[in-house]
Amino acid sequence: MKEKNKTPLIRLAKRVKTDMMSPRKVWAIRIGSIVFAFILGMIPIIMAGQNPFQSYGIIISGALSKPGYIRQTVKRAIPLLGVALAIAPCFKMKFWNIGAEGQITMGAIFASAIAIWFQNSLPAFPLLMLMMLAGILGGAIWAFIPGFFKAKYNTNETLFTLMMNYIAIGIVRWLQGGPWEGRPGTQIIPMFSDKARLPNVFGIYCGWIIVLVLVVVVHIYMNYTKHGYEVAVIGDSENTARYAGMNVGWIMMRTMLLSGSICGIVGWMLVSGANGTLNADVAGGVGFTAITVAWLSQLNSFAMIIIASMLAIIGKGSATLQTKLGVPASVADIVSGILLFCMLGCEFFINYKLIFRKKSDKEVHA
Amino acid sequence: MNILNSFVLLFAAAGAYGTALMFGTMGEILTEKSGNLNLGVEGIMYMGGIFGLIAPNLYESAVGEGNANPFVAILLAIIAAFAVGALAGALFSFITVTLRANQNVTGLAMTTFGTGVAKFAGELRRLKVGGYVTLSNRLKFAFDKHIMPDFLKKIPVIGKILFDQSEFFYLAIIVAILLHLFLTKTKTGLYLRAVGESPVTADAAGIDITKYKYLATIVGGGISAIGGMVYTMTTAGCVWIEASLAGTGWLAVALVIFCTWRPLKSTWSSVLFGALMIMYLRIIIKGFPIELYKILPYVVTIIVLVITSMRNIRDKQPPASLGVNYFREDR
Repeated sequence: MKEKNKTPLIRLAKRVKTDMMSPRKVWAIRIGSIVFAFILGMIPIIMAGQNPFQSYGIIISGALSKPGYIRQTVKRAIPLLGVALAIAPCFKMKFWNIGAEGQITMGAIFASAIAIWFQNSLPAFPLLMLMMLAGILGGAIWAFIPGFFKAKYNTNETLFTLMMNYIAIGIVRWLQGGPWEGRPGTQIIPMFSDKARLPNVFGIYCGWIIVLVLVVVVHIYMNYTKHGYEVAVIGDSENTARYAGMNVGWIMMRTMLLSGSICGIVGWMLVSGANGTLNADVAGGVGFTAITVAWLSQLNSFAMIIIASMLAIIGKGSATLQTKLGVPASVADIVSGILLFCMLGCEFFINYKLIFRKKSDKEVHA
Repeated sequence: MNILNSFVLLFAAAGAYGTALMFGTMGEILTEKSGNLNLGVEGIMYMGGIFGLIAPNLYESAVGEGNANPFVAILLAIIAAFAVGALAGALFSFITVTLRANQNVTGLAMTTFGTGVAKFAGELRRLKVGGYVTLSNRLKFAFDKHIMPDFLKKIPVIGKILFDQSEFFYLAIIVAILLHLFLTKTKTGLYLRAVGESPVTADAAGIDITKYKYLATIVGGGISAIGGMVYTMTTAGCVWIEASLAGTGWLAVALVIFCTWRPLKSTWSSVLFGALMIMYLRIIIKGFPIELYKILPYVVTIIVLVITSMRNIRDKQPPASLGVNYFREDR
């Protein structure tokens, strides 16, 4: 028997500063992995007995082929982008805030309270501003509670924020069927008066302008301020941050307050712009899809515009796909799951180097 | 006496939902013991829930309604659920152990993906059979059979709670005992805990970290998925209602913390949380809105999370390397 070859077929080495991949190559890998994900996404479509290329065509045309469709797609993208911006600082800090759903809902509840109580007594502009402030307050409170306990006692933030979602949604259900119910028995809160509605710009409520402003604000906050720097340091190493004299607990709470405030703004926009009223479905999964948006864009604010639009197109288009070809619309969830898997996996090929066994090694050992 | 009676009925009914939670929790305990934090339990239980129903459904339509053997149907349901959960565990391990991606985000992706796959499969099957995906009454009965003899059921108080339960309840208890023995009494279990506590030490001792992490996550995923199957086949009455399973997997993840990574504790704590989930149906408080009553289990979960983190007892901590990927060169 030959002597056993000691060198493994593939070895791994972490890339260090000196042999980092060129940015162009990095983006080629990332875009390649997105393309790969869409190829994998064809599998469920084929299993449903449909032609994947035709189906992707329907998804795109169902989202973009008519002005009305485009408006609906943009309407989907607005909260996605807003919430992705909100959770980006948390995720940068490795604070796993999956409670955006509840923070949106709480912001929506607070904003709706103002609308319901004051829509007959205040003029439009101050009413809307008051609603926004209330929304910010609601979202911020809902985010601060888990942030506080994480900072103080290291309470598991993933589960805490998640449970806060169910509570916020439960409160809306109660309001819907109780104190704020319109006609008894309907379980519906009546539409707000026009004064409590956000005006339209180019046929879509002006939330899209607000989120685009937020893109710039969050980009500056994350990259050019002391706060943003502190968040990045904590994300890399909490101990480093402590040694550097940062007040980690306070920074966590502060970041959660910011995150919750932005979610609250989104909640306010949803009730006063998109829906015109409050219901238990107000967040409708946006808080979770936004995690995909934030992570696929590598927490880069500008990339989020593209990714949020992409996921909005898939979401809107797959609804069309279901009506046209009978492919269940949940294919959108499968595709976004696959996208995330591929994006997570591809980072490995960026950060690590695969070293294959050289011929010469073999000869030496043989 | 009346109050006691309604509590007995409450806990007896809680056994069904508690069983689903028990499997979900035990699977995640096994996974987390290896240091892998799989937050995809929600997605895994969803997939277990639908594939555990589709398998006996396919079997029944293949052999004809009258000819289906209940035992085979139950076995198929368990195998199908376990297989799909194991696949999900393998995928999770591949991405986090081999490709070293962030465990939290991978788990969240697994939740999105798993619920998507489950809803997709359920909808496709629904279109195929043209109506609800379900089983014949004979098989339904077999899945929710309360197997213990009558004289045991008639013991006051504990009889109804402990012995008036479906076969899966007892299966879950057996799994809990086996898991407990495995983790505390066997060499492999000790090695697994070493991997979760200190992979550096385990690696130095010659334990194959990758193998242990993969296997624990795969088997753990399989066990969790059985929980989803149990939910569909008992609580939901063998009918696929996609929204009704929502939140169960997350509750299981929370229960892992509540029972401090101990399989035996997961048995009674799952039933306790099962009781909290259905309390609003059984113990009516006059004048208290039902929608606010329904959020009770989530409020309790938060209180539990806060209290456990405040007490910070040394032997009730998570495995030390939980959520952290291991790479030998990083040491």
